[in-house]
Amino acid sequence: MNEKHTLSAKVVKVFGNDISTDIIYPGTYLYCTDSKKTPAFCFKVNNDEEFNRQLVSGAILPGSIIVAGANFGCGSSREQAASSIAGHGLVIVAKSFARIFLDNASRLGIRTVIVPRIEAAEGDTLSIAATTVRNEQSGKTFSITPHQSYHQFLIDAGGLVPYAAELLKASVRGERI
Amino acid sequence: MGMTVVEKILSRASGQDVVTPGEQVRFAVDLAMSHENASGAIPQHAEIHRVADCPVKLWDPSRIAIIFDHRVPAPNVDTANNQKMIRNFVAQHGISKFHDIDGVRGGICHQVLPENGYVLPGMVVVGTDSHTTTHGALGAFAFGTGVTEMATIWTFGKVLNMDVPATIKVVINGEFRPGVTAKDLILHLIGLLTADGATNRVIEFHGSTIAAMSMSGRLTLCNMAVEAGATSGIIPADDTTEKYLRTVACVSGMIPRVTPDVDAVYEREVVVDVSGLDYQVACPHTVDNVKPISAVAGTAVNQIVLGSCTNGRQEDIAAASAILKGRRLASGVRMLVFPASWRVWSEANQEGHLEALRAAGATIMNPGCGCCVGAHEGILAEGETALSTTNRNFVGRMGSGAKAFIYLCAPRVAAASALTGRITKPEGIQA
Repeated sequence: MNEKHTLSAKVVKVFGNDISTDIIYPGTYLYCTDSKKTPAFCFKVNNDEEFNRQLVSGAILPGSIIVAGANFGCGSSREQAASSIAGHGLVIVAKSFARIFLDNASRLGIRTVIVPRIEAAEGDTLSIAATTVRNEQSGKTFSITPHQSYHQFLIDAGGLVPYAAELLKASVRGERI
Repeated sequence: MGMTVVEKILSRASGQDVVTPGEQVRFAVDLAMSHENASGAIPQHAEIHRVADCPVKLWDPSRIAIIFDHRVPAPNVDTANNQKMIRNFVAQHGISKFHDIDGVRGGICHQVLPENGYVLPGMVVVGTDSHTTTHGALGAFAFGTGVTEMATIWTFGKVLNMDVPATIKVVINGEFRPGVTAKDLILHLIGLLTADGATNRVIEFHGSTIAAMSMSGRLTLCNMAVEAGATSGIIPADDTTEKYLRTVACVSGMIPRVTPDVDAVYEREVVVDVSGLDYQVACPHTVDNVKPISAVAGTAVNQIVLGSCTNGRQEDIAAASAILKGRRLASGVRMLVFPASWRVWSEANQEGHLEALRAAGATIMNPGCGCCVGAHEGILAEGETALSTTNRNFVGRMGSGAKAFIYLCAPRVAAASALTGRITKPEGIQA
């Protein structure tokens, strides 16, 4: 997905800081590694399954935005956390991301946006441009922190699998990679 | 300009004379580790070859390690099917560093790798597990990744792109008070740095406390570097590293040492003196919510967990056994013991520690991740509290979402608390 494309969409969920991969994709469902099936377990937290119910019911449109505080995706390297979000087509705007989650998300082509001062409530509409995010309800505009170079590279490449496949072809042709 | 340990390792692995933080590099991998989540890497590996229209091929089967530990033995049909798929893949490609459910070779990946001499100083070790940081204790640049990147490593033997992380120098000086250990230190440090204070950074450990620390303690320290957000923790190889690799891991070849340049550039330096450090406890629901034990002493607990990749080694089990031997767990408390490997299990058994713990009322589990990852073997009920020597206390970590509570501590605190049913400072209990 092209990062520079402007997107306007609704905020469907607001999270606080330190949302771990145990919340995004609980350990109970780690047995499932098929990325077509992982979206069924996205945010299926024991005793707090409401957001999961909304996601699997289809009530939330692809392209909708979740907003989070700092350190979103901290903890485990489980790629199901990213693939389950990818399956619902969610865009993530966070104050900051944990490294492995952001790696995985970038490799799967999820649109992630780092906005250290973001202020938004559920139901607000955010317009995401190249360098800023505007909250259409409050009228406030917030700066985007650029991704690290390799994350931006992976996002621009459309994810790691197509990029790796191109490299593999080049390697088979005898090119040094 | 001088380089840090990880910058030196990356310059070697990328074939460049110098690397600097923020620079995007492609570099060779020496060891690629997965556990049951290899079942996610296998289809991605196939997909890369399908898109490229090439026959499926593996880079170097001798440098790929697969260790079953997260759900052993399989608790459900899906896991059993995944394990079967991985066994077939291993046989098909001749992957030799495969550790199945096995009373001789089995265990948790982060214990099996060091014990078998798979990790040497200066290596690049990549694992599909966030606690791959553990192997920094042996002077390797070791970090966690997801299964799609693992599929590309299986294809090319390389990390295709990563920005060189900046390094934070952490200097630990002083002598621990009796009973206080590496676990208390790393909890204290995570509290200082916060849960994302070292994100996209390497923590390079130095100081007199580290120099005097056993390999067991160093593995604990580096294991939890990721809980401060770090890409990796690393301890430059020294005599302790060499002795461990020769005597425990039976490494006979050359053991390299990679040390930082005297003029290495660090992003910042953090100095900690441990001489006044008390036992530490990480409180629900974040690992950086760390308090000295006095602040939480008396908190009632239902389940005590001893073990895991963080604190499941011989030293940890012996410390708990010394406190619990000849005593009995408090009524209403259950205790689960997960040795980090079957080798640890066997040694702890021969020295009588497992029987001492059993006789005190503990349940001795098979080596593996057990309840730490919330899949099986000790899920908490709603309203219950665990005191655990593992590494994470997130909502839902041991099941039951935000209605269960996990406190993290060192083995001695776990053992002392098992006797009272409340978080208890060990002093005064040991005979």
